[in-house]
Amino acid sequence: MKRILILFSHPKFEKSRTNSVMVDHIKDIPGVTFRDLYECYPDFHIDVEAEKELLSAHDVIIWQHPFYWYSCPPIMKQWMDMVLEFGWAYGPNGVALKNKTWLNVITTGGAREVYCSAGSNSYTVNEFLRPFEQSANLCGMNYFPPFAVMGTHSLSKAEVKEYALEYVKLIDLLQQGLSLGDFKKCAFLNDIPQLKTQ
Amino acid sequence: MTGGLLFEAIVFLAGAILCVSIAKRLGLSSVIGYLLAGVLIGPYVLGFIGEEGSDILHFAEFGVVMMLFLIGLEIEPKNFWNMRKSIVGMGGLQVGGTMLLSYLLFTFLGFDWKIALVISMAVALSSTAIALQTIKEKGLMETSFGNASFSILLFQDIIVIFMLGALPLLSNSNEETLANAPNERVNLLDNLPIGFQTLAIIFSVVLIVITGRYLIVPMLRKVAKSGVRELLIAAAFLIVFAISFLMEYVGLSPALGAFLGGVVLSNSEFKHELESTLEPFKNLFLGLFFMAVGASINFIVIANDPLIVLGVLLAIIAIKALVLFFTGQVFKLKLDQKLLLTFSLAQIGEFAFVLLSFAFSLNILTQEQMDLMLVVTALSMSVTPIISLINERFILPKIGTLESIERPMDHIAKAQNIILVGFGQFGSTVGRFLRSHGVEATILDNDSNHVDFLRKMGFEAYYGDATRLDLLESAGIAEAKMLICTVDNPNVTKHIASMVKEKYPHVELMLRAKDRSSARELINLGLENTYRETLDTSLVLASDVLSKMGFRKYTLSRQVKNFIKYDEEMLRKFKEAKGEDDNYISQARKGLEQQERVLNEDFKRGIVEYDNLWSSDEIIKALADK
Repeated sequence: MKRILILFSHPKFEKSRTNSVMVDHIKDIPGVTFRDLYECYPDFHIDVEAEKELLSAHDVIIWQHPFYWYSCPPIMKQWMDMVLEFGWAYGPNGVALKNKTWLNVITTGGAREVYCSAGSNSYTVNEFLRPFEQSANLCGMNYFPPFAVMGTHSLSKAEVKEYALEYVKLIDLLQQGLSLGDFKKCAFLNDIPQLKTQ
Repeated sequence: MTGGLLFEAIVFLAGAILCVSIAKRLGLSSVIGYLLAGVLIGPYVLGFIGEEGSDILHFAEFGVVMMLFLIGLEIEPKNFWNMRKSIVGMGGLQVGGTMLLSYLLFTFLGFDWKIALVISMAVALSSTAIALQTIKEKGLMETSFGNASFSILLFQDIIVIFMLGALPLLSNSNEETLANAPNERVNLLDNLPIGFQTLAIIFSVVLIVITGRYLIVPMLRKVAKSGVRELLIAAAFLIVFAISFLMEYVGLSPALGAFLGGVVLSNSEFKHELESTLEPFKNLFLGLFFMAVGASINFIVIANDPLIVLGVLLAIIAIKALVLFFTGQVFKLKLDQKLLLTFSLAQIGEFAFVLLSFAFSLNILTQEQMDLMLVVTALSMSVTPIISLINERFILPKIGTLESIERPMDHIAKAQNIILVGFGQFGSTVGRFLRSHGVEATILDNDSNHVDFLRKMGFEAYYGDATRLDLLESAGIAEAKMLICTVDNPNVTKHIASMVKEKYPHVELMLRAKDRSSARELINLGLENTYRETLDTSLVLASDVLSKMGFRKYTLSRQVKNFIKYDEEMLRKFKEAKGEDDNYISQARKGLEQQERVLNEDFKRGIVEYDNLWSSDEIIKALADK
């Protein structure tokens, strides 16, 4: 079974409607390490060694965060800047993360329709996530398409719950060793057949 | 015309105050003022002081002794050792050259070779008192000129021992007349063979070093612990007097002994305390010394042979200046430094009084010869400060700028530019954190146990009461960038802060404030860098409580900062609201009143949602409205 690390960033988690439900569903799953970065490092003083140890001890790294200004909340960038060190995560001897899996689990206010060349956001979510994709590539990791909960502003409680259950199922699949071949054509992990069949 | 001790004291003090303040007003060195005061009150002008001038001179030599002790305090043994080349080299060249030329001059003038030799010895010496006092007053100690002067003077202090030792060998008289001579300098060692004398001298030097380490420092610690301030002054004097006594006893120069004692104590935590205690006394004694020199100028001798006196005076100054210039040349000083050196050491020094009167008592010199030389000596001491002044006012400006004083100080212990006052619980944390960043503060603490411990841990810590400006000055406040005050007592903090702010406005003040009202007082004084010791800690505790109750840590950390900002604003807001009633409302009542005001304000504010950031409520509303 693959070991999963969820690095969660939300500056105002207590006000969150979608993420709080999702987190409630996954944080206690056996074999999953849930880490709330804003709670761990309220002053942004990241313990690099501890984070590196955690990364080494897991196979799948999930970045869960709201999609702010087409990117991640600042602590996640801080985490990347500090933890993904040259010579460790990348560079000549930087093979610590090689062949591990990385994916973003995001929530967006806007619906999927606005994230396209014709929509008000001009680009797709996958395009916006390029920096993360390339960061994963540089570290020799397998970057999976994102799992996205979109249009959160108009989601009902029942719909949010549905997403949360999908998320649980996704984690189960990842634990089983979901591989790249399974979803080659999907822009989002939400769309893979395994999640759709109940 | 003398009227007892009190009258004499009044004459001296009044003369000093009058003449020195006039000299200073005219931009002259205080040395010139004292010398003039001496002439004025001396037997030939106002006649307040008569024959006792020479007794006073002897007494006043303590000024020179103290000065050397203080100079020693500033020189750490390691640095002293590094100076050995310049001491022996420059000093040897200066003394040797001057002796040779003046010996030739006086034999040419027809003096007997022995007399010429004695006079040339006296002439070779310069005045430590005048030269160093002037150099220190101008703050030129760290220039290459200052170093050179100091090296030469130190060499002279050492060589004078051998000169005094050699004089009896030149004596024409037999043993009996020698024994009958009114010799003040009879000492323990005169009857011993040379070998034993040397041993005794070495022994006494070792004694100074050992007692300095193992007797004086522990004694000072005891004294400091007693907390009686005047005891420390007594102890400082005891040290200087004891060293002088010991040195005279074995026939060494007391000034040299005091210098050694100073060097030994320069590593101790009492360095600055001793400095600031002795400094004013030293200046007073030196002033007395200069006045005595002025008073001892024998105008009758001058009146009898004005041309001879003038000729000899000019010839000697010329010879000394020439040799000094040459010495500066050999040791590659820059032109401006060379000229400063040339004129500042061109006088005959106070040791000449000793040498000449000793030679007289040994019947080497006649009364007339001695009188002539004494007059020339006193005159040269009076004239060279004036020549130096001419040099500085009119010659140097044409040559170019003075060498920068800020060049790296290579042998005088460097003052740190951050001063940390108080090293208790609060101060030690500050100091440790600074140190972990390679910033070493000069630490002042009034608990000698603290200081003792700190020094063992390798901190540069000194014992002393930082409310005294002179102590801060010896700790280098003039060059300091910042002063951190972590003292517990709010009144002490206030005292130090307002004093430093007034006298050294360039020093940035970082202050620990005990509580709200003392913080407000400091802020009222315009001291914005005030840190309330309870504010941060109590908020960290409170936010940890809230975190344990389920509040988010990141939100709390932002709230703590917001709260601090709000509280600081309140502190400043109420500062204006208060005012005249400060006088009669007692501290305790003020504190309560403030507390009440703050709580009321909090109450009005209610539970404040500091930020609506990251909230999507409004977006949702806007979407719904569409």
